[in-house]
Amino acid sequence: FLITSLFQDFSRGLSSLDDGLNILHDPVDTSSASYVNNHNAMQSLVSELRQCVTKVLEGGGNKAVERHKARKKLLPRDRISHLLDPSSPFLELSQLAGHQLYDEPLPSGGIVTGVGSIHGKLCMLVANDATVKGGTYYPITVKKHLRAQEIAAQCNLPCIYLVDSGGANLPRQANVFPDRDHFGRIFYNQARMSEAGIPQIALVLGSCTAGGAYVPAMADESVIVTGNGTIFLAGPPLVKAATGEEVTAEELGGASLHCKESGVSDHFAHDEMHALAIGRKIVKNLHLAGFPHKGTGFVQNLAGVREPLYDAEELRGIVPIDKHQSYDIRSIISRIVDGSEFDEFKKLYGTTLVTGFARIYGQPVGILGNNGILFTESALKGAHFIELCAQRHIPLVFLQNITGFMVGARSEASGIAKAGAKMVMAVSCAKVPKITVIVGGSFGAGNYGMCGRAYSPNFLFMWPNSRISVMGGAQAAGVLAPLEKEKRKREGSAWNPEEEEKFKAKVVDAYEQEGSPYYSTARLWDDGIIDPADTRKVLGLSLSACMGVPPQPTAYGVFRM
Amino acid sequence: GPTADSSARRAPIGKILVANRGEIACRIMKTARRLGLRCVAVYSEADKNSLHVAMADEAICIGPPSAKSSYLNAAAIVDASVRTQANAIHPGYGFLSENAQFAELCKQEGITFIGPPVNAIRAMGDKSESKTLMSAAGVPVVPGYHGQEQNASFLKSQADIIGYPVIIKATQGGGGKGMKIVIKSEDFLENLYSAQREALTSFGDQRVLVEKYILEPRHIEVQVFGDQHGNVVHLFERDCSVQRRHQKIIEEAPAPNINSSFRDQIGQAAVNAAKAVGYFSAGTVEFIVDSVTKDFYFMEMNTRLQVEHPVTEMITSQDLVEWQIRVAAGEPLPCRQNDLSILGHSFEARIYAENIESGFLPAAGVLHHFRPPDASSTVRVETGVNQGDAVSIYYDPMIAKLVVWGYNRSAALLKLHDCLSKFQISGIPTNIGFLKTLSQHPAFSSGEVGTHFIDRYKSSLLCPVPEEIRLKQVKLSAALAACCVCVKDITKDKACSDVSSSTAGRGWASLHGFRLNHELECRVVLNHGQEGDLEMSVAFCKDGSCEVKVQESDNTTTVQMKLDQSNESAFTATIDGVTSYISSSFYKKDCVDYVDIWFNDNHHEFLLVKQVVDAETRDIEPSGFQSSQKAKTGMHPLGVHAPMAGRLVRVLVQNGAKVNKDDPLLILEAMKMEHVVRAPRDGFIKGLALDGVQHVKDNSMLLIVDDHQES
Repeated sequence: FLITSLFQDFSRGLSSLDDGLNILHDPVDTSSASYVNNHNAMQSLVSELRQCVTKVLEGGGNKAVERHKARKKLLPRDRISHLLDPSSPFLELSQLAGHQLYDEPLPSGGIVTGVGSIHGKLCMLVANDATVKGGTYYPITVKKHLRAQEIAAQCNLPCIYLVDSGGANLPRQANVFPDRDHFGRIFYNQARMSEAGIPQIALVLGSCTAGGAYVPAMADESVIVTGNGTIFLAGPPLVKAATGEEVTAEELGGASLHCKESGVSDHFAHDEMHALAIGRKIVKNLHLAGFPHKGTGFVQNLAGVREPLYDAEELRGIVPIDKHQSYDIRSIISRIVDGSEFDEFKKLYGTTLVTGFARIYGQPVGILGNNGILFTESALKGAHFIELCAQRHIPLVFLQNITGFMVGARSEASGIAKAGAKMVMAVSCAKVPKITVIVGGSFGAGNYGMCGRAYSPNFLFMWPNSRISVMGGAQAAGVLAPLEKEKRKREGSAWNPEEEEKFKAKVVDAYEQEGSPYYSTARLWDDGIIDPADTRKVLGLSLSACMGVPPQPTAYGVFRM
Repeated sequence: GPTADSSARRAPIGKILVANRGEIACRIMKTARRLGLRCVAVYSEADKNSLHVAMADEAICIGPPSAKSSYLNAAAIVDASVRTQANAIHPGYGFLSENAQFAELCKQEGITFIGPPVNAIRAMGDKSESKTLMSAAGVPVVPGYHGQEQNASFLKSQADIIGYPVIIKATQGGGGKGMKIVIKSEDFLENLYSAQREALTSFGDQRVLVEKYILEPRHIEVQVFGDQHGNVVHLFERDCSVQRRHQKIIEEAPAPNINSSFRDQIGQAAVNAAKAVGYFSAGTVEFIVDSVTKDFYFMEMNTRLQVEHPVTEMITSQDLVEWQIRVAAGEPLPCRQNDLSILGHSFEARIYAENIESGFLPAAGVLHHFRPPDASSTVRVETGVNQGDAVSIYYDPMIAKLVVWGYNRSAALLKLHDCLSKFQISGIPTNIGFLKTLSQHPAFSSGEVGTHFIDRYKSSLLCPVPEEIRLKQVKLSAALAACCVCVKDITKDKACSDVSSSTAGRGWASLHGFRLNHELECRVVLNHGQEGDLEMSVAFCKDGSCEVKVQESDNTTTVQMKLDQSNESAFTATIDGVTSYISSSFYKKDCVDYVDIWFNDNHHEFLLVKQVVDAETRDIEPSGFQSSQKAKTGMHPLGVHAPMAGRLVRVLVQNGAKVNKDDPLLILEAMKMEHVVRAPRDGFIKGLALDGVQHVKDNSMLLIVDDHQES
């Protein structure tokens, strides 16, 4: 007996006890009929997505693009690519903003935003697309610009504005100009971010008229391209009308004037490439290392990057076509985390919510993923796990596939409302970076507990198969139809079953349309629709983008016990 | 034997001072090391960090860069030897190796000179005297005038008697310096003066000789070796016929297309020549062989180890430096004639820093990338440089010698071509491509060698492949270069890339070119010297590779490269589904990024064109935009530019003078060779501000040849 125990002691030293215990083994049969069907269905959704994106990449159409290029101007995404470190990634946000939102197309909402690296420093880039309605601000343009600034402020990212805009869209001024979150908020944000030490840099590559003139004027440092760049409060026609003075645009607000006389701009650029090069030099010289928290931020024990054991491509075949069919969220986790390693927390308790620790591109994360309806136990488990991560300054990743909290007498009696409230309290107050990916349904209070848009996650992305609404269309019809029937009854008009079915179908249709990710992304309820196969990459980039903020202590409000 | 000279009884050699630089210094030290001898290196200020200094046990600086004040400074070298207590000096080749006074000085200081006896050096050093001696010993010599009378008109009359073409050579010369061929009588004097000047600067003696010039000559030389006991053997012949600018570039042993009776005859003649002057140590008897009649004539004897001695070593399996050391120590020769035989065939190719397109002009600069093929029992790479070293304007521009062995000539030739393909140098132009073409030339393969070989086959040697095939290769290489640029991110500011790891995170570092729901396409513009700017569109694909499509008239070649390759300079690429290994080098010169690609036997150099550089160099207020070409090169359109860096010898024209196309304008000297700069067009001289002796930089403007007399 003694020899045996001695031998066991020795063998234990050869590998650590927990080695390999956390690997999610999840092989999938890629030749099975269900996989092939699922994959084909997702593939067609991805193709649709890519088609929509291809369309918006063309900007405001051939004619406008040709006119733009004839003036030696680059398209906004090309400007950004030149500005960024060569061949480095660009995390574009809300590509399909404005999608079928107005009675005319507004590709990408007329503005391109996203996060990219300049001299190794992550920056928020905001580039007007002058080929789309002259770069003027529609309501959604303003919303997208403000959202980019919000992310920059939240993540401590220097802002680079590539300005080429005619200012507010005049016919829509009522929805662009006066309110709190309208045009003026852009400059308010610039001022507040500058105050907070977040650099604000403007590259004037085209016109900056009226309100737009404040973008470079409010910037810490600005560059203007001779010939193309102009900054003025009022253009030549308005000046002539107001004072009778006749001047050219170049005399009124060109590069020479602003660099030599007015001092509105700091750097004179000979052409766009030169302006972009100066922009890079400005970022190089930001010397953010001087601010201890800005240089290093939230960098913690980063491990080496290990790819998952399973191909990301398989994510397209895992989600069932039938939305009512359930699947294990771990199949997704195993395809997005380093080495497919996931240390699960409270695995046996509240099993409809999966929680655990992993790494994505070496960055530690806490993951919460839905595996069905949230019960009281699952909500409590979620709140517990969020507290753990907040305590340890571990960023949170939410994988939403949730029809909601459990309803019914037993559930209510178990205090599901206060359990859900605990989770919402934890989500709201946890001061760690949060990233939400909606991989399936996002309905009801489930959306809240799982860090929906209202809970200000640093980033929120949707898969093309996802749905978002207060409840499912069928359920809504089930609630609304009896009410309508009651109303009709009071009015004395009969309602035959055919009409009732028609009414229900209309509700379902409306929910289907409004619950679509395109409807959501067009209105900026999210930061973009992504290909499931890109989830790991997008999460990796987003997480890094959040890391410029130092760890903050978390405090909570009153938990109802 | 009983005639052994006193040096044979001196203390054994314990420490050798190598009075040379570069590959030969390194090569001598290798053998000395093997024999357990200590080595002392001497170096000029320019060679402080060179390989031969690093290899030695001790090293001493002997003066400033110019050879005259360092490697030719006999007193400083002898002094270095005394200070380091080196009791023997190996002079290598060139410099003081055939300087009788130096050998004499060594003797006086009690230092063993690892070389022939002083009187043999002296006898063979004088071209005229040696021929008289050889004639007397029954060795056939070329008709010519070898006398002391140096009067120009007298020499001309001698040339007229011999009959043209004639060749003028420095009496003390060697290695092609101070040599001129004269085709017709009218040109004799101009060539004579030039030969005299070169002779004076190279050897400090302007005397020349005049000889019959054989029209279809081969250059065959015999390696001889003698000891201090009166034994002399020959180690067979070498053919060194393939030459440019009268300098050998490719040598082989044994000589092709000769029979054994000729071999015995020429070998015996060489032994007789050596015996006639009481020769010992290594020596080479050079013969000129008339390819048509197979008559051979004694030309000269080189009383030193030759540059090309390794080919003899390869076919005889002997170490000639070891022989030299043993003979210098008084030992008898290790072999007798009957012990020596030829095994297989060997080639030596000399890798020079030179510009083939501009007529083999020597080049200088930094070896930004230097990767010779792997050495083995059949491959030797003799070099004195490392990557990062400079080829300076002060010395010979030879970078390395590549020596290969094969069981017969065609096997050796195949090996030579293979090794040349694997010989990677970037940063300065070299003759590697030319040597590769030469090694595959059908005439050369068939053993048709002659000193006019390069002139005769110039067109096929300089433009070996048809234009459209060449263009295709360039485009394919450019596509590979564009991929390599993306993989390497060479454009990234290195000073700032350290920051990226800490702030941007690993995702940003590893996801090359990631774009959401579309693919990034990058424009990469590469400048190829001959083809100009080539624009490549690199697509970053989802599968983590980058892709370039090369459009040909009717088909498209797809080049793909994985983005996560971490290797320094070796990449794998897939070209239309075929996976290949690509070598590349990246370096910065004058703030410009260069990419070199070695692929499929081809080597191409590209310059990464950046658009912004131009704008940054302009004034803040644009005053007339310069064309990008002009900004890039800074060349005056009517200017005459220095073809290489060098020393100005003579200015032949004045400002305002009218010149015709091809008129000589001035004479430059570089690498101890004179180069005449000629007028590129008819016109008038302007802007000439050069006088007397001064250095000019490569590509610097010398003067302007303008169409108008005054502007």
